[in-house]
Amino acid sequence: MNGVATYTRFELKRTFRNRRSFIFSLIFPVIMYFLIAAPNRHNKAFGESNGQLFPISAPQYYMVGLLSFGVMVAGLSTGARIAAERQVGWVRQLRLTPLSPRAYFRAKVATGYLMICIATALLYVSGTILGVRLPATEWVHMTYLVLIAAIPFAALGIGLGHLLTVDSMGPALGGGASLFAFLGGTWFPLTGHGAFIEFCQLLPSYWLVQAGHVGLGVHGDPWGAKGWIVVAAWSAAMIGLARLLYQRDTKRV
Amino acid sequence: MTADVTSLPTTGISLRGLTKTFKAPQGPVLAVRGIDIDIAPGETVALLGPNGAGKSTTIDMMLGLLPPDAGTITLFGGTPAQAIAAGKIGAMLQVGSVIQDLSVREMLTMMASLYPNPLGVDEVIELTKIHDLEGRKTTKLSGGQTQRLRFAIGLISNADLFVLDEPTVALDVEARRDFWTTMRKFASRGKTIVFATHYLEEADAFADRIILMAHGRIVADGPSTEIKATVGLRTIRATLPNADTSALAGLPGVTNVDTRGESVILNCSDSDLALRALLPAYPAARDIEVSGAGLEEAFLALTGDNEEVTA
Repeated sequence: MNGVATYTRFELKRTFRNRRSFIFSLIFPVIMYFLIAAPNRHNKAFGESNGQLFPISAPQYYMVGLLSFGVMVAGLSTGARIAAERQVGWVRQLRLTPLSPRAYFRAKVATGYLMICIATALLYVSGTILGVRLPATEWVHMTYLVLIAAIPFAALGIGLGHLLTVDSMGPALGGGASLFAFLGGTWFPLTGHGAFIEFCQLLPSYWLVQAGHVGLGVHGDPWGAKGWIVVAAWSAAMIGLARLLYQRDTKRV
Repeated sequence: MTADVTSLPTTGISLRGLTKTFKAPQGPVLAVRGIDIDIAPGETVALLGPNGAGKSTTIDMMLGLLPPDAGTITLFGGTPAQAIAAGKIGAMLQVGSVIQDLSVREMLTMMASLYPNPLGVDEVIELTKIHDLEGRKTTKLSGGQTQRLRFAIGLISNADLFVLDEPTVALDVEARRDFWTTMRKFASRGKTIVFATHYLEEADAFADRIILMAHGRIVADGPSTEIKATVGLRTIRATLPNADTSALAGLPGVTNVDTRGESVILNCSDSDLALRALLPAYPAARDIEVSGAGLEEAFLALTGDNEEVTA
């Protein structure tokens, strides 16, 4: 059906036109990146992966750190748009059209992922400006890990959009992304051992940050079994939650 | 404007034994208390009633937006969800439906793309007279303009059934007239139209049939002319000092009598009859006014005053 394609096209168009959302979820992490990483441009001792120290530079560390933040905000910002649409009764109107729930969902995932991809590209460009250099294969490897680790956040955004109101969306989005970022190692490296690290390693944001440790030369895969399991579990849980909340919100008779 | 009569559905809408109760702090509210409605394809039906009669609740259940507590809904032989999936339903609800960051034309193009057999975007812009708005952002419209866009969105579906909930609420007199002119053109294509309103004139002027609702029940259902006669109660007001109210109440066509100082108010089922009897019997009566009763009063007369809304 060409309707789905047209609908998705207009969804994307609308996302680009929503300047506020665009600036806050895409430009803000870039500004933060330059503020934090530029003064530490020559610091080369920023990496730790699985308890071992690696000479990772601050610009690369923060590129992925802010990238993870940008990805989380971009994914969750889908929820803010959905909440706004629900508030004006748009979701209700859409339910009276032949657009299937699945197609609606797909369009939302597509726009969420588009935002995530743009956030990623902007941080890569910024990183390159501050001197991050990686072989092409490692850019690709890192990108694909980032896009996989973004799944839970894209799904969570859709779920929250169908759960919360516009008013509560702001705090939920800002607070949620900040907390995930803090406990995931966006702002400073999480090192050492113990319960705190163990806990952080159960969060998808931790592994999103770890995706940036590609190219350190030791492990081919910076996640290992643990990372993949955590990301897969969160993805499954968040997709399930998003579906549940969407169905509850738009029950059809 | 060609009506493809052969493709029109043969079975229409059937609502059977619908009930809906809402929870409220002061106890459950019986919004709809067991209604049966059958609508044939091509009919234009008004759901007429005062606020709180259960019109919107009935419409929401008909569209599958709200599950009924009991009863069944059949639209063109299927469930509401099936009819919607087949693109057979167009709707203009009371709230919302306009999203931001699109122009009026883009919005219509997007909505048209979702239906199997939509009207053309230009045709709908023409029909609803929104040429001057087509490049404008949907968020930059006035209340009346938004209402016209929402009407256009409903029309573009070119659906077999068009459901409208209080469609003319935000419109001025002229826009209201334009609206019904357009609706008449659309109805002439053999579409089934169901609309809720609390304006008797609107229901009478546009619908073939009026379903009168009050307190969640259907109190009358029939051709518009018949319903209008039922609802079109009148009062006679006259200055008549020292009147004998019980004698006045005995006049033909008078249902009850009220006094306000020197004035008497006669509520009439047939004001013509009452007036002819009043003048010879009470030549002192002066300052006589005959006026139509409001819809609310008519409903009270029809349903009895003492229907409680909560259970």
